Amino acid sequence: MNGRRVLHIYTWVLIAWLILPISVMILFGFNNPSGRYNQTWQGFTFKWYKDVFALEALTEALVTSLIVAVLTALIAGALGTGIGYALGRFRFRGSGGLNLLMFAAISSPELVMGSSLLSLFVSMGVSPGVVTITIAHVMFSVSFVAIVVRARVMTLDRSLEEAAADLGATGWSTFWKVIFPIILPAVASGVMLAFALSIDDFVITNFTAGTTETFPLWIWGATRVGLPPQVNVMGTMIFAAGVLFAVVANLRSRSKRKVAAAA
Amino acid sequence: MTSSPSTPTAQPAIEFASVRKDYLSHGEAVPAVKSLDLAIAQGEFFSLLGPSGCGKTTTMRMIAGFEDPTAGKVFLAGKDVTGVAPNKRDVNMVFQSYALFPHLTVQQNVAFGLERKKVGKSDIKRRVGEMLEIVSLTGMERRQPREMSGGQQQRVALARALVNHPRALLLDEPLGALDLKLRQQMQIELKRIQREVGITFVYVTHDQGEALTMSDRIAVMNSGLIEQLGSPRDIYERPATRFVAGFIGTSNIIDGRVSWSDQGYAVLEKGPGERVVVPVPAGVAVGRDIEVSVRPEKIDLHRTLPGNVNGSLLSGTVTEVVYHGTSTNYTVATTAGSDFVVFDQNAHDAEDVASRGERVFLTWAPQHSYPIGV
Repeated sequence: MNGRRVLHIYTWVLIAWLILPISVMILFGFNNPSGRYNQTWQGFTFKWYKDVFALEALTEALVTSLIVAVLTALIAGALGTGIGYALGRFRFRGSGGLNLLMFAAISSPELVMGSSLLSLFVSMGVSPGVVTITIAHVMFSVSFVAIVVRARVMTLDRSLEEAAADLGATGWSTFWKVIFPIILPAVASGVMLAFALSIDDFVITNFTAGTTETFPLWIWGATRVGLPPQVNVMGTMIFAAGVLFAVVANLRSRSKRKVAAAA
Repeated sequence: MTSSPSTPTAQPAIEFASVRKDYLSHGEAVPAVKSLDLAIAQGEFFSLLGPSGCGKTTTMRMIAGFEDPTAGKVFLAGKDVTGVAPNKRDVNMVFQSYALFPHLTVQQNVAFGLERKKVGKSDIKRRVGEMLEIVSLTGMERRQPREMSGGQQQRVALARALVNHPRALLLDEPLGALDLKLRQQMQIELKRIQREVGITFVYVTHDQGEALTMSDRIAVMNSGLIEQLGSPRDIYERPATRFVAGFIGTSNIIDGRVSWSDQGYAVLEKGPGERVVVPVPAGVAVGRDIEVSVRPEKIDLHRTLPGNVNGSLLSGTVTEVVYHGTSTNYTVATTAGSDFVVFDQNAHDAEDVASRGERVFLTWAPQHSYPIGV
């Protein structure tokens, strides 16, 4: 066996490793189980796709999760972009501390963050629900956005801002007309990251949700009594949406590069 | 002619009054510009020339407003602009990196400044079109900067600045990133464009050839001070300091004591029959130590002792011969300096070339010597 072959096999094993669980999820969305447990293959059916929203509580949990994820993506996107720009561009009193705080928020265990958020909300008398979940999600995902944006801002040619100012732009229009369009891809990936982190978060959500159920919380609750195949269908849809997004983004950047190369 | 400096009574486009600029480095103030008094005339092509770290870029950035002086004042068209933000100053800059907006087309890049000033749409379109024609980029309006060559990007940067009709255009080593051929082309182009638009150009460069070719006047800077301010010819022919003599072209510097003087000329005896003759102003006394500079191309190299020399004469030994096509460059060890450089035009027969180790005689006319700092 030569090295090339080894590399080949290694690559396929790795791909299988990554894809296998997802394929199982997709496959069992088409299963037709006889009992409560969707764990052995019994036969092919489309009925779960037809009845995907038949379980009211599950649908409600998914909608809650989507609302929280969209809100989180927007709020964390806006705040994180501001923080990332400030950290990447300026040195100010406390910038070192803020940097540290960003990494601390990422690296601190979810259990710690979740339980402390719970005590905070309880002691402040805030009743848990969508609002507290969203606050918690923004809190842990804003750092990811900030770090992605900061990395992009740091590689920006400083003279771009000077050129804008030189041409009469105020700080405000420099940001919106020059900086923001250039860092938009980084902002977009930060927003998507926040969305992805939010929609499947379990630990922190569990502490801050109260009686509100999100998609992951509902699934966790249902595992004891058997997961309905609708969960697989919804999972497949979320996964498909993500793939679609990535493919579109890839095609767009590829066609742009082609235009550049053709010129 | 719009490129020549206006009459002295006209208001200078740019003025520096006792400007100093310190940078903080590890808590210590390090001077970038020590003391600057300077007036740049309306419509002038003015160069700030010097090695890196001499303060030329800081000086330009103080005109643009990216840096504020630690002390002193900056005036634009007679108005004190010290402390005024860059976006409120009527000057525009061409950046070394061009700093074109990568997400905008050529058209949008050039229109950026006019849009900020809320100029009407049809006016913007017309002015951008006119400016693109001046920089020979008509037809490229829809291109993006990354689809263009370095030279083309350079022209976009130029158009983007000039379209605003600034009081002065600031150019920060704009040709540094281009290859030699393109650079020479752009030098001529820049000069033509400046004549066409009649705007004051302030040009920062460390390339003395570039400065000499294009400028009406040059300020040679070193360690935060202006060493000499004058026309290219002044600076080349009559360097005021040893630094200028060394930085602009190649100079041979001779140290010596005035042996005797006569009718505006001083003579430095350098050995039996050897001497350096230099024109000096009245009052340079016998016995005074002076520095004399002479350009390599002014010196004649002889293989035999020439008779009847009217001017300077030195003898020496050739230590290096480098053939350059149009000229041959010799290095000669003489009594007045160990590494005398002589450029000899290759106008004569190929065999008539001195070789290494040969004893030779150097002569030059009295007016080709120049006393430094006298």
